[in-house]
Parts: sequence; C-alpha cells; structure tokens
Amino acid sequence: MILGTLILTLVAAYSPVLPQSADYVRILPEIVLSVFGIVVMMLEPLLEEKAGQKILGLIALLGTLAALGATCFMAQSPGLGFWNMVQVDGFSVFFHILVIAIAGVVILTSYEYMTVQRIRAGEYYALILFGTVGMALMSSAVELVLIFIALEISSISSYVLTGFRRHAATSAEASLKYFLLGSFATAFFLYGVAMMFGATGSTNIDQISRALQAGPLPLLAYVAVALMFVGLGFKVAAAPFHVWTPDVYEGAPSPIVGLMSTAPKAAAFAVLLRIVFVIGVPGSQWLIWVAAALSMTLGNLGALVQNNVKRLLAYSAIAHAGYQLVAFAAAPVLGISAAMFYAAAYAATSLGAFAVVSHFANAGERYVALEDYEGLGRSSPLLAATLTIFLLSLIGIPMTGGFFAKFYVFGAAVNAHLIWLTIVGVLNSGVGAYYYLRVIVVMYMREARKEVPVTPVPFVLRAGLVCCVAATIYLGIFPDRVLQYAQDSARALVQNPRPETPSSRPLSVLHELP
Amino acid sequence: MNGTSMNQDNLGSIILTLVTFTPLAGAVLLMLFPRRDRDIRVFALVISLLTFVLSLHLPVHFHRGQTDFQFQIDRQWVSTPNIHYHMAIDGISLWLVVLTTFLTPLCVLISWTSVHDRVKEFFILLLILETALIGVFTSLDLFLFYFFWEATLIPMALLIGIFGHERKVYAAVKFFMYTMIGSVFMLAAILWLYAHTGSFDFVTIREQIASGAVPGFPAAAQWLFLGFFLAFAVKVPLFPFHTWLPDAHVEAPTAGSVLLAGVLLKMGTYGLLRFNLGLFPEQSRRNAPWVITLALIGIIYGALVAMVQPNMKKLIAYSSVSHLGFVVLGIFSFTQAGLNGAMFVMLAHGVSTSGLFMLAGILHERRHTYEISEFGGLASPMPVYAASYLVIVLASAGLPLLNGFIGEFLVLSGAFQDKAIYGILAATGVIWSAVYLLWMYQRVFYGKVTHAVNNSLSDLSGFEKWAVWPCAAAALVMGVAPIMWLGAIDPAVQAALTPLARVASRMVGQ
Repeated sequence: MILGTLILTLVAAYSPVLPQSADYVRILPEIVLSVFGIVVMMLEPLLEEKAGQKILGLIALLGTLAALGATCFMAQSPGLGFWNMVQVDGFSVFFHILVIAIAGVVILTSYEYMTVQRIRAGEYYALILFGTVGMALMSSAVELVLIFIALEISSISSYVLTGFRRHAATSAEASLKYFLLGSFATAFFLYGVAMMFGATGSTNIDQISRALQAGPLPLLAYVAVALMFVGLGFKVAAAPFHVWTPDVYEGAPSPIVGLMSTAPKAAAFAVLLRIVFVIGVPGSQWLIWVAAALSMTLGNLGALVQNNVKRLLAYSAIAHAGYQLVAFAAAPVLGISAAMFYAAAYAATSLGAFAVVSHFANAGERYVALEDYEGLGRSSPLLAATLTIFLLSLIGIPMTGGFFAKFYVFGAAVNAHLIWLTIVGVLNSGVGAYYYLRVIVVMYMREARKEVPVTPVPFVLRAGLVCCVAATIYLGIFPDRVLQYAQDSARALVQNPRPETPSSRPLSVLHELP
Repeated sequence: MNGTSMNQDNLGSIILTLVTFTPLAGAVLLMLFPRRDRDIRVFALVISLLTFVLSLHLPVHFHRGQTDFQFQIDRQWVSTPNIHYHMAIDGISLWLVVLTTFLTPLCVLISWTSVHDRVKEFFILLLILETALIGVFTSLDLFLFYFFWEATLIPMALLIGIFGHERKVYAAVKFFMYTMIGSVFMLAAILWLYAHTGSFDFVTIREQIASGAVPGFPAAAQWLFLGFFLAFAVKVPLFPFHTWLPDAHVEAPTAGSVLLAGVLLKMGTYGLLRFNLGLFPEQSRRNAPWVITLALIGIIYGALVAMVQPNMKKLIAYSSVSHLGFVVLGIFSFTQAGLNGAMFVMLAHGVSTSGLFMLAGILHERRHTYEISEFGGLASPMPVYAASYLVIVLASAGLPLLNGFIGEFLVLSGAFQDKAIYGILAATGVIWSAVYLLWMYQRVFYGKVTHAVNNSLSDLSGFEKWAVWPCAAAALVMGVAPIMWLGAIDPAVQAALTPLARVASRMVGQ
C-alpha cells in the first residue's frame, strides 16, 4: 500500500521528465529492431539448426519490415525526443529507411550463405538487427554522446560479424584488425566530442552550433572537428584512414561486406553531414576536400592492380567514399541532398554486387579471383548480366543510379567553384571505368580456363538481387522523387534558427524538482 | 514553339517512341525466351521487321517541304537536372532512322546461320543496339542524345568482343576506349551548355546561342565546338582518329560490321551536321578550312590504303574512311548541294557498304578468311553471288544510276562552289575508289579458279539472298529516283544553312 503510494507520488513528481509516448514513437524503429533481435537470439537454442536458419531468417526479415513500417509511423511525428537527444526529421527518416532496407536485403542475401557456411543463425541475424539499431540511431541522434553510443553499437556488431567465418584465419585476422583500428577510431571520435564540449560547453549539436555562431571560434573547436572527422573517416573508409578496408573486406563473410560497405557508411555520412553542415565550423571543409581527393585517387589506383574481386570492390568502396565526400564541398542543400542520393544509389549497387560475389564465391569463399569469373557470361548469363548492371552503375553509366549520384555530386562541386576537386573526380571516374570494365570483359570475352561450379540462384537471393537491380534502375531513370525528398529534408536540416519544439522538457528540469 | 503548331494525329506524337523502343521491348522479351535458337531467330526477325514497318510511318506521314521538327514529343522527365524526353525528327534524321530499321532485319538474316553460338545473347545485343541507334537520331535533348550515344557503345563492343574473330578483345577494347574518350569531351561541352543555359534542350540552346543570351559563350565557343567535334570526328572517323575502325571491322561479326559501317559511323556525321553546325555556326565557318583538309586527307589516304589491302574486309573498312571523308567535305562546304550530297552519301554508303560487308561475311563463312589472294575466279562457282557483288561494288564506286554517284556528284559540285581545289582533290577520290574496288573485284571473281577449294563453294543461300538483294535493290532505286529522298532532305538542309549564311554575311561585314 505504502509502496504503491510512493510510486504514484514519484511518478507524479517526475512525470515532466519521464519520456512521453511521443518520445517512444521517435525511436520506434530502434525499439522494434531490438525486440526482434532479442526474439531471434532467445529462439535460437530452442530450434534445431537446419530449421532454425530458415525460421530465424524469416523472423529477422519480418523485423526489418516491421521496422520499415515503424519508420513510416515515426515520420508522422517529427520533432525532438528524449530531452533533445534524438530528432525525427526528413533527414533521419531517409537514413532510417536506407539502413533498415539494407539490413533487410542483407538478410535475404545471407540466407544461402548461412546454409553453405553452416553459421549459427541466431547470433548472426541478431547482430545484424542490433547493428542496424545503432546505425538508425546515428542518423537521428543530435547529441554527440548518443551518437558515440550508437556508433559503438553498430561498430561492435560489425566487429563480431566480420569474424563469422570461424574456420578461416583471414576472417579472424580481419575481425581483429577491424576491432583494433576501429576502437582507435572511435576513441578519436570520443576525444573530439570531449574537445567540443570543452570548446562550447555542450554536446548537443544545436547548442554547439548556436554557441559557435555567438562568439569567436575557439581553436579547440577546430581540433574537435578534426578528431571527430578521423573517427568518422575511418567508418566511411575514407583515405587516409582506409588501410583496414581491403583486408577486412577480404576476410569478412561476403554478405556482411555488402552490409559494411553500405549501411554503417551511410550512417556515418549522416553524422558527418550533421556535424559539417549543422555545426558548421568554417574552414573545416578543407579536411574533407583533401580526404575526398585522396580517397578517390588511392582507391582507384589501388583497385587497378587487384586480382581478387572482393579486394577490388573494397578499393572501389574507398573511391566511392571519396566521391561522396566531394558533396561536402557544396552549398548545404545541394551538398546534403547529393550525398544522400549518393548513399542510396551506392547502397543499392554495392549491396547487389557483393551479393553476386558471395553467391559466386561458393562454400568457403573459394572463387573470388578475377580469373574465376572468366566465362561467367556463358555459364550463368543472368548472374553475369546482373553483376554487369551493378558494375555499370559503379562506373556511372546513364540509366543507372550511379550516374545521377555522380552527376549531383560533381554538379554540386562545380556550383561551389571547386573546379580542381571536380577535375580530380572526373579523372578518377575514368580510371574507375577501366577496372570495372575489366571484370565485364573477363566475364564475357574470355573462355573459362578452369571449372568453376555455378550453383543455381535460390529464390531468396533472387528476391534480394531483384530489389537491388530495381532500386539501381529506378534511381537511374526516375531520380526525381528521391532527390526531391532529399532536397526537402536537407532544406529543413539547415534551416536556421531551428524551430523549438521540445517534446519533453530538457534535462535542466531535474534541478527544479522538489 | 512553332513546330508543335502542326496538326498531327495521336500516333504522330508517340510514333517515335514506338519505333525507338520496340526493339528494346523485343530484347527484353527475348531474355525470357528459352534457348531454342530457331525461335529466337524468328522472333528477332519479326521484331526487327515490325520496327521497320513502324518506321515507314515516318516517311509516309512526313510533311516534306516543312523545315522544322516533326512527330514531336516533349515531356519533362527529370526536374533536377532539367532533362526532357524530347524526341522529334526532321529531313536530316528521318532517313537515318529508316536506314537503321532497314538494315537491322538484314543483319538478322545474315546472322541466321553464321551465328550459332550464344544465339540468344547475340540477338538481344543486336536489338538493344538498334534502339540506341534510333534514339541517337531521334532525341533532341542533349542529355538524352548523349545517353543513347553512349548506349550504342556497350552492345557494339560486346558484339565485337564476344562474336568476333581472332583478335576480338583487342579490337573491342580499342573501339570502346577511342569512342569513350572522344565522347567525354562532348559530355564536358554539354555540361557547360547546361550550366550556362539551364537547359539540355537542343532547340532552346540553339535559340539562346543565336540571340547571344548565353553568358561567356564567345570565349568558350571554340572549346565547345572542339568538344563536340572530337567526339564526332572519332566516330566518323576523320583522318587522324580512324585507326580503331579497321581493327573493329576486321574483328567484328558480319552483322556488327554492317551496323558499324552502315549506321554507327553516320552518328558522327549526323552529329557534326546537327550539333556543330546547328549550335556553333560561326565556329564551324572559322574551323572549316582545317576540317576540310582533314576530310580531303581522309578521302585520298583512305582510298590509297584501301588499294593496297590484302584483306577484303580491311579494304572495305578503309573505303569507309574515304567515303565518310566525302560526307564531312560536303557538310563543311556549307553549300546546299554539298549538304544534300553529304546526306545522300551517308544513306548510300549505309546501303552499299553494308552490302559489301555482308558479301564479305558470306565468303568468310565458307572459307574462314578475308584474304583476297585466297580467292580468284569465283564467278564460275558462285554466279549469283558474283552478280550481286558487282551491283554493290559499282554502287559503291559511284556508277551513275546507282546510289553512290548521286551523293558524290552533289558533294563534288558543292565543293567546287566552295573552292575549286577542294573539288579537284576530292574528285581524285572517286577515281581511286573505282580503282581499288574494281581491282579487288577482278582479283576475286575473274579469271580461272586459282584455289581448288573454291570450286566447291556454294552460291548464295535463301537467307543470304534475302539479306543482300534488298541492299542491291535499294542501291538501284536510290540511284534512279534520288528525289524520293532528297525531297525531304532539301528543306531541312536549307534550314540548317540559314544561320550559317547569316554568320557568313556578318563575318564579311566585319
């Protein structure tokens, strides 16, 4: 009785600071993903291995679909939540949909891999879902500490997922390498957050922005942005923080490489966009331009000499991070929308390419050398055609998403009068065309020299590939809707001053309590 | 826009879309086909014939005498960048579209038995190529044009690289790299125009340039001209950029050669006529002397090199360099006769050289060689073949009453109007072409059979007849009644020349 009264009193007293229902709506996709992740994990021991893979995969897929639905529901109530820690706006909804859709397709493309590699499905799917929680949260968090936590959530699950080919030494090596370097990188990020707190007295992006605009720029703010950029540059595999990429991509399970090269990257770009354009430390763009030029050049030059297709795509991922960084050169709205479009187009393409590679590599990832692809155009025409579409999109041929992505990015750079960066980018695209075409040439114009078994594509993988092809071509033929959405949300993002619509009162209320 | 004021029925606005995308739709359907080679061939033939029949709607309902664009369709496609789905044709592009749709069924027929490996892929690529080629001639939005322009590259490179002969990969890559690098400069020029006009639309940009409303244009005009010129010059191919052509032709399968020589090269000359002359009349006039010089070198050099070729296909390839030189000469003579002639040479060369490549391919299929010295006296084992060959060789050499003569005559008279020396030098090209073609014909067909194997060669088969004879017939009809073609070409050419005349009077006035 007394306990009940006590609880009631406490609830009454603290009710202003307790999260409201709207707060929960604003992290609904994350909640849904977490619940499904937990369910998958709990169910795993109860199921027999073979049946488990199927059922757990299905549950995880349903989880992503439910989270997509939750995102649409969340989009209905834009605004700040959880004491100004998360913000639901067009920008975060875009990235939510993107990373969750990526997770869904990765689950589809993993299905075959799981059975071939005999991986325990429970942990695998659960980690994908938990990782997605982190990435989704990264895109909506407007509080640097929360961003850090979200970054860790997504990173730790990808460290583990990288090591999932337990029997392969390369996988363990990749996992360890990724873990060690990744921890360093996140430490840099955290250090940057601390510096930023020192410079402005806040870790909230809005407040930081206001503090920086109010007074003269403290030197510490520059250091802070530079350190944060190191951490995020690592995540997006931008040069000079890219050295881990080829080794990790080579060692990790192929479907996970598809995930790693797209979703965490997109999320890290979302954070970077918020930091660069909302906080807006003038002059910090130089860092990004140099990183962009370096990434494009080193990535493309590295890819030229690769004979392992996974490594080739890894270097190409570095180059594409570079192209995407070019977007940061531009005026806010153009730059943000270009980067968002690029993230979406690259996600569809890269995911598909790695799905084909992972299917073709077969059990134990045996066939990943370029010469294994000789004659694929004959032995498996449909698979080869699909991979060709993705490669053409990576080159940036019109009618594929990759074309408009590049067009918007370079267009934005031209608008910002960054001609040198545009020229570097265009020259790099030319170099890039060479090694992508090499794969196409090998597939179609060479006869197979050795016997490479090509297994039929199972239905689930086929569904995943169809999604990727459809998205790639849709973005290439009808880019309008996605671009419009990106532009609208970019405009809302940089709108200054921001309308104050706190859902629950800020934390300072705590001090006024009885 | 006054072009749309024309009263056209509903079909008029979608017919270009239909003609352009029917082959693509066919290719998509073909992908779903089971691998039964015969059905695939029949289906490809049906689709290409259907496209041809559809395309006949264009000349039938074309308003001759009208100078502006017809069968127009203009819809907003992408808002950023401002891309329109703008398609229309005038007398210049009309016949190039029909040429493409005319040649494709013949390509299907000539490949009927000669392609027996990966049949499905072959016909899919052929149909995709047809869509891209038609699209090049019909699109008036620079972006759309560039897209189709690049889209021709991939199927063509694959046709050469997969279905070609010994050094196919080398030839395919060389072809791809040459044209790709050339067109990058055009892309840069297109993007400059877009950045300064806010439009990709050919008509809009042309009007803006003509009214002097484009900021920074005078300074950039020469570079823009060169950007477009380089892309087209590689494709034509004009003299120093021609080295990819013999390789590509020798290695390509017959159907690939036919479309390459028949249509792909015309993309270059069409581009010069439409875009270089249309958008940059002043620069065209200024640059004409050296362009004409290159064209003359091409005419004479191509002919001389053709003369010494031991390989029949290489000979035909170099003869293309020479003939396309005539086209460029005609275009840059800026005379009514010259431009009419250039257009007519394009069509005539498309028909007769395609015929020659098919005939060479037929021989290759029987003997697996293109070496002229391997043959001799073929007239007795293959009389029908020899007769067909003769008609087409004579057409190509410019015998009066066959199509080659009309175009060359017009070009020469235009060149004489421009400068007599151009006409004199180009006229030697006519002589050279008669020499190398007739000499080749003599070595291959006359005299005794020199190699015993050749005695047993079979004459034209049914499919081959159906592939070759339409070319011969077209050569004859075009030679006898050129007015059927020139009637539509003439007004369009006149319209194309108007801004050039205006520029000329201004340049004289300076």
